Amino acid sequence: MATSAHTIDPGDLPRAMLEVATSLNDYVIVLPIVICLMGGAFLLLVRGWRGLQLGLTLTFLVAIAALEVQLFVRVLYDGPVAMTMGNWLPPFGITFAVDVLGAGFALAATIATIVVVVYYSTDTMLREVRYGFYSLIMLLLAGVTGAFLTGDLFNLYVWFEVMLIASFGLMIIGGRKIQLDGAVKYGFLNFLATTFFLIGLGYLYGLIGTLNMADIARVAGQTDSAAMIAVAGLFLLAFGMKAAAFPVNAWLPASYHTPDSAISALFGGLLTKVGAYALLRTMILLMPAARDVLDPVITVVAVFTLLLGPMGAMAQTNLRRAIGFLVIGGIGSVMAGIAISGPYGVPGGGLYALHSMLTMTAFYLVAGLVEQISGTDDIRKMGGIYRASSVLSILFLVLVFAAAGLPPFLGFWPKLLLLQGALSTDDWLLAAAILVNSLFTSIAGARIWAHVFWRNGREGEPATASNPDLKPVSEAISRPAILASVVLVALILYMGLRPNILFESARIAASDLLDPARYTQAVNLEVPER
Amino acid sequence: MIEQVLAALVGIFFTAAIYLILSKAIIRMLLGIAILGNGVNLLIFTLGRVSREVPPIVSDGELIPAEGFANPLPQALILTAIVIGFAMFTFLLVLGYRAYQELNADNTDTMRVAEPKDAPRPPLSY
Amino acid sequence: MRTVIFRTIAPSLAAIMLVFSVFVLLRGHNEPGGGFIGGLIAASAIAIYGIAAGVTEVRSAIRVPPLNIAGFGVVIAGFSGLLSLGEHVPYLSGLWAFIPFGNSEVAISTPMVFDIGVYLVVLGTVSAVALALEETEEDHHD
Repeated sequence: MATSAHTIDPGDLPRAMLEVATSLNDYVIVLPIVICLMGGAFLLLVRGWRGLQLGLTLTFLVAIAALEVQLFVRVLYDGPVAMTMGNWLPPFGITFAVDVLGAGFALAATIATIVVVVYYSTDTMLREVRYGFYSLIMLLLAGVTGAFLTGDLFNLYVWFEVMLIASFGLMIIGGRKIQLDGAVKYGFLNFLATTFFLIGLGYLYGLIGTLNMADIARVAGQTDSAAMIAVAGLFLLAFGMKAAAFPVNAWLPASYHTPDSAISALFGGLLTKVGAYALLRTMILLMPAARDVLDPVITVVAVFTLLLGPMGAMAQTNLRRAIGFLVIGGIGSVMAGIAISGPYGVPGGGLYALHSMLTMTAFYLVAGLVEQISGTDDIRKMGGIYRASSVLSILFLVLVFAAAGLPPFLGFWPKLLLLQGALSTDDWLLAAAILVNSLFTSIAGARIWAHVFWRNGREGEPATASNPDLKPVSEAISRPAILASVVLVALILYMGLRPNILFESARIAASDLLDPARYTQAVNLEVPER
Repeated sequence: MIEQVLAALVGIFFTAAIYLILSKAIIRMLLGIAILGNGVNLLIFTLGRVSREVPPIVSDGELIPAEGFANPLPQALILTAIVIGFAMFTFLLVLGYRAYQELNADNTDTMRVAEPKDAPRPPLSY
Repeated sequence: MRTVIFRTIAPSLAAIMLVFSVFVLLRGHNEPGGGFIGGLIAASAIAIYGIAAGVTEVRSAIRVPPLNIAGFGVVIAGFSGLLSLGEHVPYLSGLWAFIPFGNSEVAISTPMVFDIGVYLVVLGTVSAVALALEETEEDHHD
């Protein structure tokens, strides 16, 4: 039966639109993504002007970084901010909600992207630009930033797919056989992961009828807990796959070493961390009750990821495959943070993911330089690079220490928090795994370092023989590439030496994850009772 | 009643999809992925509550849609998922075809370019 | 595929489909239709014309590369959202203007601009894929 307009007074209908003016400052929430998407499309339009591409890309990226700095400072001091698209009242519209965790990750992702773009600026640029290389980079960053800033789970799925499409394109640029091989495995398994995520979303929607994160955080506790555990399990599987946690990590070492090293760096730095971020978001903020039930599973996953990552790295002869295993080991630390939870585990896990974003990007970049000098990807044939370039050896060693979590490098501080958390909850297994992970990572990294830099020549030759295959540094590597790597490593070093602001941000980020009051308030929903 | 039928259908879709994805042949995995995508869409549709009422369209001169309108949100979610799934499927299809041409392999067991089967032992000095 | 009948009918069929796609696009605000489905219809028109007349002729007929159409679509869709910047409402809010036109009035809105953007994106990407696939098929025939 149709109700005619005459019997309804518009004023009687429940409100669906926001009636408060939006401050222009709030646009800082969406502008990074808008610039990414529109900038990427614009770069596609002007792909004929190759000279313009690099300059335009860097301009867009710096603008995005500036906006994200502003956003980060704002959420750090004033708490989370949100904007719901199309003037709808939450939870009807698609919400973008930013807290310290999201803003910090987004900023780190943009910084890593800028470094990679500078690194790659001279190399094979003219060959790749034709395929819309810079558009794909912008699209990838749009997906990553969107995932970090969104406050809606279905929107998170969409950003995952945006990221996936862009990464497919980047992975097969060049079209070598090895890239096709890697892309098949990467493509199938990642698409499967997002499909699992979609299944979880379907169940969640059927259960509570909302996909707005703040709304989920509000009502998740009042729902049938067994069904919520099933949903959380699906999310754990899906995001664990995206993050390359044991036992669903096989796609990462199969694919990350196949594209150019700059693209590996972008993937190693950004993609798995989006999975880690999504895990932190869903397990800690949205479904803490289900996380408590899944805790033993997450602990086992964390322990195995922590141990098997660096062990895999020790067994490799391909430099970038070895680093791929170190990326997996880093994800183990984030999983440990989620398993420990509480006021130590959450900031530890979050901070580790941030550290891993920068460190792993730098790792792949330095590995790329090493490969260019030695002309091979085989660790056994690389010896003698210390003589060729002592700067590279220092960069690599700093990164090994940072990844292993030795003081005073960046990786040490999150590991300290994690260890403190594990000991405070008497979780000896995790505490031991975290320490053994540091030991194994140091061994794996130091072995690579010794073979690549310390040895004079190749494996199997007398120790005094020098390596004839090394190219002169000035020819093999471009100046922007080495400059970009040095700047990124210097940033990692500086952040390790001055961790105060990191600790403070991580503490605020964790308290907003553990208690969703400020988050839901920012989205304009009633505060839940916990 | 229709919910149970749809739920069973989703189950059949998932079964077939998982069986196909576990295969070694790329083309079967592709078919599995396509079926899985359709199964998920059907799942979301079913979970959004099935009703045989009016479409969620506001007629001329009305302010709200007629009483008992169908839930439009799952349809929007499914449309998005279909579009994305379609794009991914197209990409994977082309990728699989290229891989078949270049690597001469439709079998994942023989796709070992990125991970060589006879991988050398790790360096033993140090 | 290139029979005389098909080649004769294809141009007019494509033209009708293109016009119909614009109709579907503009109908989309309050009734079934919209940019996505309109773009798909337009892309099918281009694909049909490509099968009948050959990819080279289609490419010269549409003048701009399909990917540029898609890129332009993203730019105007994003731009339609930025218009709400001046009105102090969140991104992508619907803004309306009613322009008197003879005895009736024409409604111009940002959702429509957004939908046109979507139309161009779908048209661009789908026809790019379709033309690329038709091109490889031609290579095999030669």
